[in-house]
Amino acid sequence: MSASLPAVRATLRTLVIYGVYIGASILFVIPFVWALSGSLKNPYQLELFPPEWIPDPVLWRNYAEIWTIVPLGRFMWNTLFIAVLSLAGQLFTASMVAYGFAKFRFPGRDVLFLLMLSTLMLPIHVSLIPRFVLFYKLKWVDTFLPLIVPNYFGGSAFAIFLLRQFFRNLPKEMDDAARIDGAGYWRIFFQILLPLSRSALIALTILGFLADWEDFLQPLIYLQSTDKLTVSIGLRFLAVTASSDISGDPTTHLLMAASIVSSLPPILLYVVAQRQLVQGLVLTGSKG
Amino acid sequence: MSHRTMHGAPTRESLTTRISRPFRLGVLGWYEARWGLFFIAPWILGFLVFQFGPMLASVYFSFTDYNVLRPARWIGLDNYQYMVTTDPRFWKSIQVTVYYVVLRVPPTIVGALTCAIILNQSIRGRVVYRTLFFIPSITPGVAAILVWTWVLNPHYGLLNYMLDQVGIEGPSWLGDPDWAVPSLVMLGVWGSIGGTSAIIFLSALQDIPESLLDAARVDGATWLREQLHITIPLLTPAIFFVLVLTIIGTFQAFTAAFVSTNGGPAYATYFLVLHLYERAFQSFQMGYASALAWVLVAFLLVFTYLQIQGSNRWVHYGGD
Repeated sequence: MSASLPAVRATLRTLVIYGVYIGASILFVIPFVWALSGSLKNPYQLELFPPEWIPDPVLWRNYAEIWTIVPLGRFMWNTLFIAVLSLAGQLFTASMVAYGFAKFRFPGRDVLFLLMLSTLMLPIHVSLIPRFVLFYKLKWVDTFLPLIVPNYFGGSAFAIFLLRQFFRNLPKEMDDAARIDGAGYWRIFFQILLPLSRSALIALTILGFLADWEDFLQPLIYLQSTDKLTVSIGLRFLAVTASSDISGDPTTHLLMAASIVSSLPPILLYVVAQRQLVQGLVLTGSKG
Repeated sequence: MSHRTMHGAPTRESLTTRISRPFRLGVLGWYEARWGLFFIAPWILGFLVFQFGPMLASVYFSFTDYNVLRPARWIGLDNYQYMVTTDPRFWKSIQVTVYYVVLRVPPTIVGALTCAIILNQSIRGRVVYRTLFFIPSITPGVAAILVWTWVLNPHYGLLNYMLDQVGIEGPSWLGDPDWAVPSLVMLGVWGSIGGTSAIIFLSALQDIPESLLDAARVDGATWLREQLHITIPLLTPAIFFVLVLTIIGTFQAFTAAFVSTNGGPAYATYFLVLHLYERAFQSFQMGYASALAWVLVAFLLVFTYLQIQGSNRWVHYGGD
């Protein structure tokens, strides 16, 4: 044992770092493992003490059952449908607005931009009730419209902010050159800015999808029929109906299976697309 | 580093924005201005119809008795008066919300900062860890809540099983009025610790010049001293930003309590927004609920103002 003291300290340091990493990872992941284990049990196995981590027998059929006790597939389809239509509107109009703020000079521009940023800090609750009244009068309650249509008016302030940063960082010479060639603003927007912003738009698409999959309060208020629910509201619907089951059988195993299945799309999307996400956000200059 | 320094001289555009002299628009200027307004028109329209208009309506509703079916009836300050003098749930909801904010914010900030610091160490497989850390924050809220309800199950849950292993009899967690809010805090911290806040901290960490840290190491600073005396002070602007956002977000807590406890047991988790939701969408007291929304805004404004006031005592903005 003739290792020098600094070498020992360095090894120790590495060990501690790895220890912290692995400890933290376990803390983050263990609820999932617990849920996965529960999702493969039956009501009797759920109440065994001490609990078995690997159920015997493993009940894969729970994962078949969740699609029939509630229309989980329908919930996922609805959420996807809302997300796609919302994002289409949001990305297109947010790009337009960001272009307007980034590349044009007009009176009141900076004031309006600050006003837009300040809406980021405002809780949704101050407009929630009148918006509900508006959509109620329009007979849009229990349709997807209240969740989709507002996205066609600039979408989110965050998206506008990010895209404006991105557009501003593009050299002005680029669109000046296009102007001299006789291109109108629309053409510059469509043929130069949008293609160049691909990475930012992809990042915003991912973030937008994650947000829509997670959204709770608004779908809760607007959607009522079972076949119109989104994933989040549908899961809660399952939890509520399951706990008031007449037979009194615990349905935790099914709740866990449904929770895991509905967590998979955002997690998979993140794992697959995290490079694009990071790249898009870094390129917009939000970092640095 | 701002993009201006990266491109050398300031651009014409950035100069005009900074000076912002009164506009005297020539023919070309008007042409440009018209197009600019045209491009931002969707936002202006959306702002008026979905934000500003509703906000004005919300102020008006807060002075009325309104249930959507019948026209709003002006009642002056009655809603606000009822709120502070008669409504027992209002003060309870304020108390619960403030308690939750106080309990929730410190571990969220400290946890996110710790996550960022350990993710910033150079180590093999960092991408894998970063993904693992981030996963709780992208797990859909309701799914996370259901999973945690099962982890916290008093009889068959994981947590009480583990406590039992070391000889502690765990409480009923979400079912116990004293433990319900701490349970929600645990759930909330788990679901947000590796998320956006940690990413903001991480990018701030990566902006710290390596030369500063090297200098400290030459002087023989230990790792802990390096963190306490160099890293953390340089991170204070990011910490302040995250703190303000976290407090604003935590005041609006709703989903976890709505799904897991529905405000119970014994109103132990009856948050302000839960009260607002029940008034507005279960008893259709739209006027009263609007008043509650403005109280929420007032709270946020006061807290944010206090933080900004207090910030110059501990936030160090780099002077370079």
